[in-house]
Amino acid sequence: MMKFERYEWLAITIMISLFIFVGFIQGWSVSLVILNMCIISAIMTMGVNISWGYAGVINFGVMGFLAMGGLAAVLVSYPPIAESWQVGGRGLGISFALLVVLVIAVMYINKTVIQKRNKYILNSLIIFFGILIIRHFYLNATHNIEDVNPAIAGFLGGLGLPIIFSWIVGGLFAAGIAFVIGKVALGLRSDYLAIVTLGISEIVVSVLKHEEWLSRGVKNVIGLKRPVPYEINLQNADWFINLVTYLNSSKLNNIIDVSDRQQVLNNLIIDGSGIFVKLSYAILFLIVMLIIFYFANKAQLSPWGRMMRAIRDNETAANAMGKDVVKQHLIIFVIGAAIVGVAGAMLVTLDGLFTPSGYRPLRFTFIIWIMVIVGGSGNNLGAIFGGFVIWFSWIEAAPITTFIINQLTIGLEPTNALKLHLLDSVPYFRYLFMGLILLLILRYRPKGIIPEKVRHS
Amino acid sequence: MIDFLNSIIVLLNFIIIPGISYGSQLALGALGVTFVYAILRFANFAHGEIMSFGAMITILFTWFFQSQNIGLGILPTALLALPIGIIATIILCIISDKFVFQYYRYQKSVPVVLAMVSIGVMFVINAIIRIIIGTETIKFSDGQKFIMKAKQFKVMTGLNEGLALKSSQVITILITILLLTFTFWFLQKTKTGKSMRAFSDNEDLALLSGINPDRVVFTTWIIVGVLACVAGTLYGLDKSYKPIIYLNLVLPIFASAIVGGIGSPFGAVVGGYVIAFSEIMVTYAYKKFFVYLLPSSIEPTGLVQLLSTDYKFAVSFSILVIVLLIRPSGIFKGKVL
Repeated sequence: MMKFERYEWLAITIMISLFIFVGFIQGWSVSLVILNMCIISAIMTMGVNISWGYAGVINFGVMGFLAMGGLAAVLVSYPPIAESWQVGGRGLGISFALLVVLVIAVMYINKTVIQKRNKYILNSLIIFFGILIIRHFYLNATHNIEDVNPAIAGFLGGLGLPIIFSWIVGGLFAAGIAFVIGKVALGLRSDYLAIVTLGISEIVVSVLKHEEWLSRGVKNVIGLKRPVPYEINLQNADWFINLVTYLNSSKLNNIIDVSDRQQVLNNLIIDGSGIFVKLSYAILFLIVMLIIFYFANKAQLSPWGRMMRAIRDNETAANAMGKDVVKQHLIIFVIGAAIVGVAGAMLVTLDGLFTPSGYRPLRFTFIIWIMVIVGGSGNNLGAIFGGFVIWFSWIEAAPITTFIINQLTIGLEPTNALKLHLLDSVPYFRYLFMGLILLLILRYRPKGIIPEKVRHS
Repeated sequence: MIDFLNSIIVLLNFIIIPGISYGSQLALGALGVTFVYAILRFANFAHGEIMSFGAMITILFTWFFQSQNIGLGILPTALLALPIGIIATIILCIISDKFVFQYYRYQKSVPVVLAMVSIGVMFVINAIIRIIIGTETIKFSDGQKFIMKAKQFKVMTGLNEGLALKSSQVITILITILLLTFTFWFLQKTKTGKSMRAFSDNEDLALLSGINPDRVVFTTWIIVGVLACVAGTLYGLDKSYKPIIYLNLVLPIFASAIVGGIGSPFGAVVGGYVIAFSEIMVTYAYKKFFVYLLPSSIEPTGLVQLLSTDYKFAVSFSILVIVLLIRPSGIFKGKVL
């Protein structure tokens, strides 16, 4: 199917060897934790890369789409809370129905009333009073729901399905939001679009933070079910104990004392169960990543991908050739957002908890963009590479900085105020690294580390 | 009559005075964004961090002055440190231009690339601030806190409702008036200001008539530095200084600039007040106000609040989206200083 150039093989080798290196230095558990986040970051990056790299549509709403994916994980996997549905279900149903009526009414007015001023006046009147009426039902219902056992519930719960379905649902949720945003904002110039998407993603997150009936808000949802086994079950499973014994048989056979051997085996099983769980996550994520990678590449090489490139490189010309630029922009924006949504659901699956207040633009929008720019926009392997490298340096920045500071201040007393202050602010040096990496790449390699391949045919 | 007065005081105390002072801070910030947009033609995401940097330097020197027992009596010491902060912010702006933005300007890069670059600058300044001063909330206003306390007002007028006037609010308003007057005078009356307006209107024509672009850009960064540092310090003085807040402040500032018509300084100021007032008015609970105004038979039972205060932030964005949909160029046609 696809052939990699030599430098691309080099990039892949670097990625793999980084993890092996960390595995030997800091342990396999750490290595796998980083790997899992790297894969998820790579998927987010591919999502942004599809809209920005293929078609030049800017998407600064990454955080909002991730949060929608996370919401999907909660709504799909959390067991339903019957009591909440009883006290609030009807009110929510009524307010939802009224909302639909309101939207239809506004659309009807937009179609029938031609004079602009009348249209605005009628619309604002209807929306104002409509919202007043809806609020009445809605506030009652949500208030009742939030009162149901607030310490552990206080929201509607979900469907109680396996969480793995939420990866698809998360994509759909994000796509739905993206469709609305795209309809509203895609006509704007690119820097306006950046600001608007950034703002809407903030709105999405603030809704998730404060609508407790839906997402439990800042009280967080914890204890989501896993798609992989739990450590404690593994430690008691015969097949797993046998597997660990078999893998470490040479090491175990060297220990003569029986109780010593049992002790070592127990430790190995505890370590092994953690690694097994992380490895299963990694395999699941890797499968998703490769599927998306395969289709993203297929799409890029297809006639549709060529059309997208044409639209990106010269919108006017593509328009003149009869391509519907507005529609294609919307399509690619929605696809990109959907992929980010999938990654959002995977992120919540990995953590097992949903914390709306954890979604911050610096961490979830701008870092992803740095990954795209550094990796190489328009190249999917570049996107994956960017995701891996940037996440890796984000995590490893702290130990490296500590090392450097200790080396630089080696002549100072251990109680020196400057040294202590610097060591305290180690976590903030990662922002410095990220900024510098971005600036250097934009200056000296503006097409990214693995640039887009220009095909002449 | 007394009830009517009381209701007016409620509005004044909870909406108008906070709105004006918050609006002034937004207006100064938005003015800076608009200057960068009109002259350098990109959306500067680093503006919030530049504001934060200015405030940080001011705080550091405030501490220094406080330790030396130098103060301004009833006025906050920060006002004494402000000029130093301004100079540091201007230096920061010029350094970032020389080492980062200038290259792309000469390359004639598209605005989106410059916006990306400004994100890189944002990260770097953000890191520097956190490394120097940490992430704690810092209160650095000293001197007399209130010009008029709510109780004093009640005693003075005999009304039920108090009217509190913080000195930081008055300082904010006064400095804003001063700075805005100076900026508009500079743009309209001085030769440099006129050349800046010409440059933002038509770059090629301005170059042809012998305007030195580097000089224009240099002056722009000086103005941006002053505005950003003052806006950041006033915001920190009024609320409290917290590095993370300035990143969140970027969005309302952009909203103000765009709502007013990005590139138009007058629009930026108006946009700042529009955003500030709508944020406060939409999320304020009007119960008290109506209790005074309406006869007791039809008094409202609920809070009479359009949106809960949690959505304060979302309001500015909804307004931005609505304005962009109805009138994409903003209230005042933008693009030109």
